[in-house]
This record gives sequence, C-alpha cells and structure tokens, in this order.
Amino acid sequence: MTAAAWSTVADVASIVLMLGGAFLCFAAGVGVLRFRDLLARMHAATKPQVLGLVLVLAGLALRLRSGGAVWALVLVVVFQLLTAPVAAHLVGRAGYRTGKVSPGVLAVDELTAELDRRHGMPADDEDGGSGADIG
Amino acid sequence: MSAALGVAVAVAAVLILVGAVLAIVRAERGPSMLDRTVALDIVVTCLVAAVALYASLERRADVVPILVVLSLVGFIGSVTIARFAAVEPEDARRVRTREEVAAEDEARLRAELAEAAAREVPDATEDDELVGDPAAPEDDQPAGDPAARGSDDGGAR
Repeated sequence: MTAAAWSTVADVASIVLMLGGAFLCFAAGVGVLRFRDLLARMHAATKPQVLGLVLVLAGLALRLRSGGAVWALVLVVVFQLLTAPVAAHLVGRAGYRTGKVSPGVLAVDELTAELDRRHGMPADDEDGGSGADIG
Repeated sequence: MSAALGVAVAVAAVLILVGAVLAIVRAERGPSMLDRTVALDIVVTCLVAAVALYASLERRADVVPILVVLSLVGFIGSVTIARFAAVEPEDARRVRTREEVAAEDEARLRAELAEAAAREVPDATEDDELVGDPAAPEDDQPAGDPAARGSDDGGAR
C-alpha cells in the first residue's frame, strides 16, 4: 500500500481507539454515580484511569506519529501505571480506617482478621461500626 | 471519510463530556470526602482524554506536556486528600442550612453557659446578660430568628 493509504489506516485506528477511551470515561461516570459504596466507586474509577488512558494516548500517538511526542505519551502512561495503584491503595486504606468499608459486603476480608489477631481483640467491628456509632 | 471522522470525534467528545458531568454530580453528592476524591479523579481523567482528543483532531504535538502535568496533578490531589481523611460524623455529610447552623451555635452556647454556671456560683443578672448576648447578632437573619428565639426561651428558662 502507499503511504497515503497507511496514513488513512492509522487515522481510522486512532479514532477507533479514541472512541474506546471516551466510552470508558462515560462508563466510569455512570459507575461512580450509580454504585453504592466507596470500594465499588473506586472500581468504576479505575477503568478510564488505566485502560482508557492507554487507549486514548495510543490513539493520539497514532495520529501524531512524531518521535518526541510519542515518547512523552509513553511517559504519561508509565507514570499513570505507577501512580494509580498508589493512589487507590491510599484511598482504600483511608476508607477502611474511617469506616467507609462495611465488612458485610466484602467477599474476602483479610485485613480485619489480621488487625484483630495483632491487637489480640475479639472480632468486634471497630472499623465498620465507628461511623454508625457517631451518627 | 472526513464526515465520518467528524461524527466519530463528536461522539467521543459527547461521551467524555457526559462522563465528566456524571462524575461531577457524584462529587457534589458524595457522602464522604473520599467519594469526592474518586469522582474528581475521574474528572481529571476525562480532562486528559478531552485534551488528547483535541490534540489528535488538530494534530498538535505541543499540548502533550499538558497531559503530563494533568496526570501528575491528579495523583498529588488524591494522595493528599486520602492522607488527611478523618472520621466524619453522619451529619457532616451534607451542607447545613442557615437555620440549622444558627440552632447549632445556640446549642453550643447554651452548653457553654451551663458549664460556666456549674463552675461558678449562679448569678441571676450575669446569666440574663449572657443569654441575651447571642440574640443580638441573630437579628440580621429574619428566617432563623423566630425559631431560634422560641427554642431559646423554652430551653433556658
């Protein structure tokens, strides 16, 4: 194929990837509005943060097709892959400690048992009940 | 070809915009500070997607540094808020009305007065003076005035 044809293919692939990333942004908006508690909302928020960003920036790289800009986009993706887990961990930890995570909805809860074992206290919900006690 | 591209860009822009608006609605409602943090993270990500869409539409490579800066700022914001998250009482999850704030202030003042009265020897004239004091600044908000004064009379005397 000629160079012009390849350019058209790259543009079409770029807009398809952009549409995918935009749909993930939309899905995250719906999820964060509709889901019930903090952890479910964090789950919804992760979609555009990693996969959506990768799709959108891959689409942008296919459209720009210049060396320096593409490396900067790779840098953005790598940085996001490094920082998104850290931010999510901190938000989840703060949510657990301030009573936003109710143990009843968790399928696996290793942290509560571990904290109880370390503190040598009975499995009384110091985390889930604190919010309700104050209110 | 070009028309189809324009339609696709418009659809992507609308999807990003709707996602950001829904996230902002959650940030406004958000029961706790952490929910708002998560929602504002989504807003920042939608902003990154919108800037990338614009850059790809105009073929501009010079807006790429904006994407780097936006991803940095979003990370710092969410980490800072999560670091200083504290246990909030249930009442703190919504914005109070003016009347509720006035009633709360009055209740706190009455508690302080009761504490002071318990500490010192109760004096009739001093007590009157102190109770009459908080009524003065309330005169400039007529909505909360009758209810506040009525509960004041009922509670203190």
